[in-house]
Amino acid sequence: MQFGIFTVGDVTADPTTGRTPTEHERIKATVEIATKAEEIGLDVFATGEHHNPPFIASNPTATLAYIGAKTENIILSTATTLITTTDPVLIAEDYAKIQHLTDGRVDLMMGRGNTGPVYPWFGKDIREGINLAIENYALLRRLWSEDVVNWEGRFRTPLQGYTSTPRPLDGVAPFVWHGSIRSPEIAEQAAYYGDGFFHNHIFWPAGHTQQMVDLYRRRFEHYGHGAYDEAIVGLGGQFFMRKNSQDAVDEFRPYFDNAPVYGHGPSLEDFTEATPLTVGSPQQVLERTLGFRDYVGHYQRQLFLVDHAGLPLKTVLEQLDLLGEILPELRKGMAEGRPANVPDAPTHASLVAAAGGAKDSTVYAEADDVTGSSDREEARA
Amino acid sequence: MTSLVVVSAGLSNPSSTRLLADRLTAATVEALEDVEVTHVQLRDLAHQLTDHLLTGFAAPELAAAQRAVAEADGVVVVTPVFSASYSGLFKTFFDVLEPGALDGTPVLLGATGGTPRHSLVVEHALRPLFAYLHAIVVPTGVYAATDDFAGTDLDARVTRAAGELAALMGKVSRVDSAVSKRRTVDDELTAPTPFEELLRRASQG
Repeated sequence: MQFGIFTVGDVTADPTTGRTPTEHERIKATVEIATKAEEIGLDVFATGEHHNPPFIASNPTATLAYIGAKTENIILSTATTLITTTDPVLIAEDYAKIQHLTDGRVDLMMGRGNTGPVYPWFGKDIREGINLAIENYALLRRLWSEDVVNWEGRFRTPLQGYTSTPRPLDGVAPFVWHGSIRSPEIAEQAAYYGDGFFHNHIFWPAGHTQQMVDLYRRRFEHYGHGAYDEAIVGLGGQFFMRKNSQDAVDEFRPYFDNAPVYGHGPSLEDFTEATPLTVGSPQQVLERTLGFRDYVGHYQRQLFLVDHAGLPLKTVLEQLDLLGEILPELRKGMAEGRPANVPDAPTHASLVAAAGGAKDSTVYAEADDVTGSSDREEARA
Repeated sequence: MTSLVVVSAGLSNPSSTRLLADRLTAATVEALEDVEVTHVQLRDLAHQLTDHLLTGFAAPELAAAQRAVAEADGVVVVTPVFSASYSGLFKTFFDVLEPGALDGTPVLLGATGGTPRHSLVVEHALRPLFAYLHAIVVPTGVYAATDDFAGTDLDARVTRAAGELAALMGKVSRVDSAVSKRRTVDDELTAPTPFEELLRRASQG
């Protein structure tokens, strides 16, 4: 069972002081939060991807590579990679490169994104969101699994004799999760390929999560990847904790009341009851989190959102210290009653082992003519 | 059993909107045999409707009301006229209803106002909204101004509109009609479209 954190990289004013961090501060804070996550023993750090203010989450690959250079063990992931508006040819290159740079400490979560104008900015149409996610991912898989790809589809230029470089590390592509809140087609896609399925879980009633995970598990089994309870499931989660639960409520309430997502809507009490948000003592967070299994079954990855709603960096780091303190109990609790056939989340090492060992997948080519001659000379020749 | 859901957006208690809704309901029930009536009073759901706008999901009571409307054999909707149109509360309920929920559902339109000068609100505001929602709208819409509650004319319109709704509810059956509903998220969760079909659609558009 993996535990980690995910961030959407929002730049939000602290409602208690009115101060909004600069982009520079927020970008640096993201790195500090990620290195802190490794320090307290978390397994995964995942960053979102957005291409508009108030986010600093554009270019997630630079962020992940930079964090990769500053860490040793933590798995770097995304939450999510925009498979709709990002060219799968670039995704294939970028994440294979990070695989090499971090010795395999990377996986991805595919998502569609939720901001309408982002699609036209990248030459796409939001009404084709599902179709883009399906076609682009089908191409991405081939770019990683086949050395030479001939391909034609609806959403990008055809490829003839195309080789994506670098080839995946050890001949094994990064593991892929598919994230979706309420689109059954994406759960179906994850199940079809035997990939992981991640439900955002936060901001939504448990019933949504349960239905989507159940569909994914049923179809995972249907497509022959394993039994219902062997499917690879990840969940989001959200908490704010202090030693004394009333302190947590008092401190978090102004952040909750003004949060970009749910602010000025339901009360903190109603929202914590309806969604996985837990505001209270470490013991309450521990118990609530262990309760997620009651409606999704034993699962593989738990990511928490901790840096949001304008919480200052200092507070976020304190939250991570508290998470670190209950982490051993979380691990112990999740291990209890876990059937032997329930697998762990795939890692680079486990995927290499399953593939029968590491292979050098380099595609060696003739020396290039770029440094020696121009295309004009070539045309004349 | 046939199910009739009555959505009314009146704010006061007692409310002339609810009064008109009750008369339309009674007349419809009289015209049909064996009908089960569910009342959805939007005033009671006002907070949950606003929360839904902000959070994207329905709290339990609102979810139950949405389910009732989606599964109804016929629906009566009545709104007060605010600023020459349906009220914001009324519109919000239909804004957060899942697309396709009213596909092919017979709907009777009603509105109330302080003056007869707003009577075309039913035709100019309500009818286009429900056409957009793919409901089958009863030809007679019923507008009641304050004065109408003192006259006898309203009765005739209520009876005619209710008779039309009852006829549609009697004739239009979800299962064997040519009217098909859009697939909803719940449909997909129950019986997912196989991935090979999703792939085919992605490549063919």
